[in-house]
Amino acid sequence: MILEKEKEILTGNEAIARGAYEAGVKVATAYPGTPSTEILENISKYKSIYSQWSVNEKVAMEVAAGASIVGARALVAMKHVGLNVAADPFMTLAYTGVNGGLVVITADDPGMHSSQNEQDNRYYSKMAKIPMLEPSDSQECKDFLKASYEISEKFDIPVLLRTTTRISHSRSVVGFKEVIAGNENTPYIKNSAKYVMIPAYAQIRHKDLLARWEKLKDYSSSSPLNRIVLPGRGIDKSDKIIKNFNSIGIIASGACYQFAKEAFPDVSILKLGMPSPLPEALIRNFLKDKNVAIIVEELAPFIQEQVQSLDLNIEIIGKEFFPEDGEFNTMIVKALYRKFENIGYFENGYKKVVENIDNGRISSLIGMYKEKAVIDNFIVENKNINEIKKIISEIPPRPPVLCAGCSHRAVFNTLKKLKLMVMGDIGCYALAVLPPLNTLDTTLCMGAGIGQALGVEKSDPGYKGKVVSVIGDSTFFHSGITSLIDNVFNKGTGLILILDNRITAMTGLQTNPGIGRTLMGDSTTKVMPENIAAAVGVKNVRVVNPYNIKALEKAIKEELARDELSVIVCRQECVLINKNKNNVKYHINQETCKKCGLCIKFGCPAIENKDENYAINKFMCNSCGVCAEICPCKSITQKENG
Amino acid sequence: MDSINNNADNKYLSAYENKIKNGGIISVLFSGVGGQGILLATSIMAHACLYDGYDVKVTEVHGMAQRGGSVVGSVRFGKQVFSPIISRADIIVSLEKLESLRYIDKLENNGIIIINDYEVLPISVFGGDYTYPHEISEKIKNFTSSYFIVKAFETAQQIGSTKTMNVILIGALSNFLPVKAKSWIRSIEKVVPKKILDLNLKAFEIGKNFKN
Repeated sequence: MILEKEKEILTGNEAIARGAYEAGVKVATAYPGTPSTEILENISKYKSIYSQWSVNEKVAMEVAAGASIVGARALVAMKHVGLNVAADPFMTLAYTGVNGGLVVITADDPGMHSSQNEQDNRYYSKMAKIPMLEPSDSQECKDFLKASYEISEKFDIPVLLRTTTRISHSRSVVGFKEVIAGNENTPYIKNSAKYVMIPAYAQIRHKDLLARWEKLKDYSSSSPLNRIVLPGRGIDKSDKIIKNFNSIGIIASGACYQFAKEAFPDVSILKLGMPSPLPEALIRNFLKDKNVAIIVEELAPFIQEQVQSLDLNIEIIGKEFFPEDGEFNTMIVKALYRKFENIGYFENGYKKVVENIDNGRISSLIGMYKEKAVIDNFIVENKNINEIKKIISEIPPRPPVLCAGCSHRAVFNTLKKLKLMVMGDIGCYALAVLPPLNTLDTTLCMGAGIGQALGVEKSDPGYKGKVVSVIGDSTFFHSGITSLIDNVFNKGTGLILILDNRITAMTGLQTNPGIGRTLMGDSTTKVMPENIAAAVGVKNVRVVNPYNIKALEKAIKEELARDELSVIVCRQECVLINKNKNNVKYHINQETCKKCGLCIKFGCPAIENKDENYAINKFMCNSCGVCAEICPCKSITQKENG
Repeated sequence: MDSINNNADNKYLSAYENKIKNGGIISVLFSGVGGQGILLATSIMAHACLYDGYDVKVTEVHGMAQRGGSVVGSVRFGKQVFSPIISRADIIVSLEKLESLRYIDKLENNGIIIINDYEVLPISVFGGDYTYPHEISEKIKNFTSSYFIVKAFETAQQIGSTKTMNVILIGALSNFLPVKAKSWIRSIEKVVPKKILDLNLKAFEIGKNFKN
């Protein structure tokens, strides 16, 4: 029991940071990425931990690996797609193992709240043979991180701690402890056969990894991280019904455990805090007298397929009902409960229910989950359904937009005007795909646009002068530099626009190599994109303030006309860095306004259209002045002090 | 509807007390627009629940959703809370008028909606495809009769900062929840930065005493 004064309400990310402090972590690294960003932001508040933003996840993992080799406990955090970037060192770190404990945090994003895909990173654990823990609330985020270090050091292996957006960003009650781990590094002893992965040594280490994985399987079945949670018995239920509930076993981990616990309060749950390697012996034991196993897991059937391979001769229901995409919630799991109720399972039991099914499988009675049905459940009950549906369909959408005064808007407005094909990247500027700008042809992954534009040009010379690539400053450092060099090397003649807003904006204003300040607040060398472009051999490099849209348009036209590679750095500080610094606001002169609507088509959220009266919301205007440049009848002018 | 802080005939309060006594969970959904202080509002409510001895879970989505888009957060409390995500909301608190409709399909039958009488026009109404529902009660009354419209913007302006709208609404909300007044105050003292504490305590008091 924790005393109240030691309790705090923390996000999963804050709890992981606290766990790092309590575990005596020495070095923590990351590249920002939703939903993982706040882990490092919070770790940087603990002065006993050295923390840094790296240029990308691969470098972050290598820095953490270096710290581990000399015996420090190290942590590296990233979003799910970041592990793709870091997969190279990750896979081989399983072979070398660790000295000081090494924990890799992957924050997955089922439902894609803020991501380009919803890949299931649990497979990285199985592929690399790196064990994985999965917390289901903030308390477990802290506790499991600490357990991860013990496993890492005990089994000489990095540990993957997997969260999802719901775990990273939900807040729940956490009890604090003082630092328990010793802060002394384990001594480094040179061991080339362990850390130098030439084939001869790697072959030996691979065999060793297989042996470690077998030991981890045993550990997984005996560890308290994996435990059976018995139901709280309802007093109003008969022995027969309780027996029928007992004929079902649920297996779940992470946020899905919470949904399952709420949807099936009367059923035993095997809660997997360490889902990989799968605790086979424990699962066999848990399911030995069950008729039905329900696997509740988001995304791919990672647990389900492994349980199926155990050949248990019981019915397993997972993806037969649950979707393989999107985020779950209690209602989705409850929908399965209702299906069991409807087929009379709880009342009559397994035998009676399957008696009348041709193939003897309950799944053929319950069908697949249908989202629509859940919504319709609500829109009932003595109300005017059509009226209600009409009201819901008429709610004006409010999608995220580029901020008022965002310099990206000026760039994309110009690209739109010039009718260019735009190869995009990951960042705020991906919002330019939405109306009214509609100015992006691709967004694939960090750094992709520059390479894609080269591919377009090489496939058909007809695209010359008609295609550009755009990339942010942080993204350029992350993985744009290599593709820039590829363009130079292979005689690309395109135009690359680096949208340098002097910060990593999308994830909430983190520093990057261009800023001159580290995560821990020290000043450092500023790395300027234009210097990199010039240094790798780009002959035409310009820096333009995108607020000056005439100069920007001229520069783009001139550079596109060349038969050589060009880089334009569009430099303007993100408006979120220093909001409302300028008290000169803009306003629209109603007498001269011809209501052409060009300012509305610019898409700035500060420019409002109230019954065909265009006006600038002084509370929202960030004084960029671009709308005044765009207005053909010069009706937008400055106004002192709003 | 007269004053809502008259606990003697506050039917909601006793219903919620009973629900919790029977192991139920109270779910409150906060909706609004990025930058309105939903995070602070959920934080204040969560700490107040914690100080009153409840288990509590909060969830909201960060990242891309914050760029001027709709924002939603939620708090669930009771003896023990499992899922942080709301299936049905007992109460919706909307920091912006239109946003009170955004998650209306999550409202419990006869659930409560507390609406800030404050409009932030979304870009989608400028093109003519959508109309802003200025007369919100015309729509809301199709879903519940328990709705309360709070003029938090004007009040917040009067006390000196429109940023306190969220805390005024928290004050109005506090009338419906079985959480002691001293826990709310203690929570505000914990969550709100020192230099704007007095202003926010005042905002909470005004919200608590608001008359519909």
